[in-house]
Amino acid sequence: MNDFDVIKATRPRRDWRKLVIHLLLIFSICLIGFPLYYSFVISTQSMEEAIQKPQKLLPSTHLLENYTKVWNRIHMGKLLLNSSIVALVVSLGKIIISILSAFAIVYFNFRGKQFAFWMIFVTLMLPVPVRIISTYQVVATMGWVDTYAGLTIPLIASATATFLFRQFYLTIPDELVDASKIDGSGPLRFLWSILLPNSGANIAALFVVMFIYGWNQYLWPLMVTNSEKMKVVVVGIASTIPTGTQPPEWHLVMAAAMMALFPPILLVILMQRWFVHGLIESEK
Amino acid sequence: MKKSIFSNRWLPYLLIAPQLLVVLVFFFWPAFDSLRLSLFQVSPFGDRQIFVGVQNFISLLVSSEYHRSVFHSFVFSIGVTFFGLALSLFLATLANQKIMGLPFYRTAVLWTYGVAPPVSGVIWLFIFHPSYGILTYVLSLVTSYEFNWLLKGWIAILLVIFAAAWAHLGYNVAFFLAGLQTIPKSVLDAAKVDGASGINLFRWITFPLLSPVTFFLFIMNMVFSFFETFGLIHAVTQGGPGDATTIMVYKTYLDGFVNMRIGTSAAQSVILMALVIFLTVLQFRYTERKVFY
Repeated sequence: MNDFDVIKATRPRRDWRKLVIHLLLIFSICLIGFPLYYSFVISTQSMEEAIQKPQKLLPSTHLLENYTKVWNRIHMGKLLLNSSIVALVVSLGKIIISILSAFAIVYFNFRGKQFAFWMIFVTLMLPVPVRIISTYQVVATMGWVDTYAGLTIPLIASATATFLFRQFYLTIPDELVDASKIDGSGPLRFLWSILLPNSGANIAALFVVMFIYGWNQYLWPLMVTNSEKMKVVVVGIASTIPTGTQPPEWHLVMAAAMMALFPPILLVILMQRWFVHGLIESEK
Repeated sequence: MKKSIFSNRWLPYLLIAPQLLVVLVFFFWPAFDSLRLSLFQVSPFGDRQIFVGVQNFISLLVSSEYHRSVFHSFVFSIGVTFFGLALSLFLATLANQKIMGLPFYRTAVLWTYGVAPPVSGVIWLFIFHPSYGILTYVLSLVTSYEFNWLLKGWIAILLVIFAAAWAHLGYNVAFFLAGLQTIPKSVLDAAKVDGASGINLFRWITFPLLSPVTFFLFIMNMVFSFFETFGLIHAVTQGGPGDATTIMVYKTYLDGFVNMRIGTSAAQSVILMALVIFLTVLQFRYTERKVFY
């Protein structure tokens, strides 16, 4: 039997198998997508529609009304703006200081290099919850409570980003350094015109991962802000959940949830290629 | 290591200074301060501190309240990890087959990476809502069991497990997919020639070859559910009903910021720190992450 016969002999079985895979995937995707779909559908209904039994699982006509109402009620514009500022400053800050640290570690010999690298490494083992009280006290002493500096700077160190850039610099051929030395350009020139232009994919990848890290922060923003005008959206959402005595305005809660989810999900979808790369590479 | 380097006396220090400054001020100093505070009894306003040695740790060791939070943490974390890994391995295996529409399928799974656990919690809270939730409604059609998370602790735990696993699904699938793609086609072909297919191929070839990824994800999911789900608990169940969903991180927060028992809270932080160090060391020892020279 030659190859062609094998293919012919197994084809009907393969087609059948592929159909099952398609069906399983479609079923799983519907299951995974259901909470988001449900949330969206409820966010387009009136309160009466949202709490009736059984609920209709089709969009209704109150989308604009609900979104405007909740936008004004919890100052959604301000919440989204604060989340964007936090996510941008945290992600760009992590990337910039990691590029500089990795550059120092790879391209220079200096006393205490091992120790500095070890210190950055250890931050992996110190997530926010294990140092929360004392970090808060440090920030309070600096007068940074309820400021953007307090919200962002304590989150900016990044062992994973430093590792990623270090790993990447190690793959850059030494000839490039030698060539740039012969041209008479110094280290900063080399960083700016050789390393950075080649780091695009890594920067994009880390940006997605770190932006979402920043956007999704909850504990630290909760601790370090106390005025309404400094709140971030993920914390703000929690305040829309109706308590026992309030009207069950779940249609508005779901509208708020949709608005909080939209930016990070859109970013993941648009930058999927880079995000998967960044996630995998930074953990190596 | 690079052979070709620059020589400069002060520039490397200047380059590494911003990161080291943040690390020292916001990571090392608070960590050491937590260690110190865990040995003190602190008055609610922090103005008086009395050295009590390991007393805070001893009271935790004998506190049944603390034991329960440890137990709830493990039930929750193991639930999130096993449920999440099983589902994402299943999905990644499907999304790694050679079929049409793969990019669409992958996107349709990976988008969940953008979901913040607290927002996920809010949506699942409504799905589980005792009066209006769709899950409660569907269950009421088939059983008369009262499916009310406000009354039954195990349902509350199920609620937060679902919410956490859903929010973390994209992360897990991304790693499983990457892992599956590193399995050499020649190995799979060889096994096929020997007659392996379907379940057998997965059981004896794919799954064993994936074990480094699975182990890595096991650790990362434990870390995630121990340390990054505070917001979910705080926004959705507030540790309740009773203390059914009071996990260790949430109790640390309650004691430190609500009950103002700072010494006890610091001692709990130290225990959590030991746990995360243990998990990280385990991960670096048994996976091939080569970050050192």
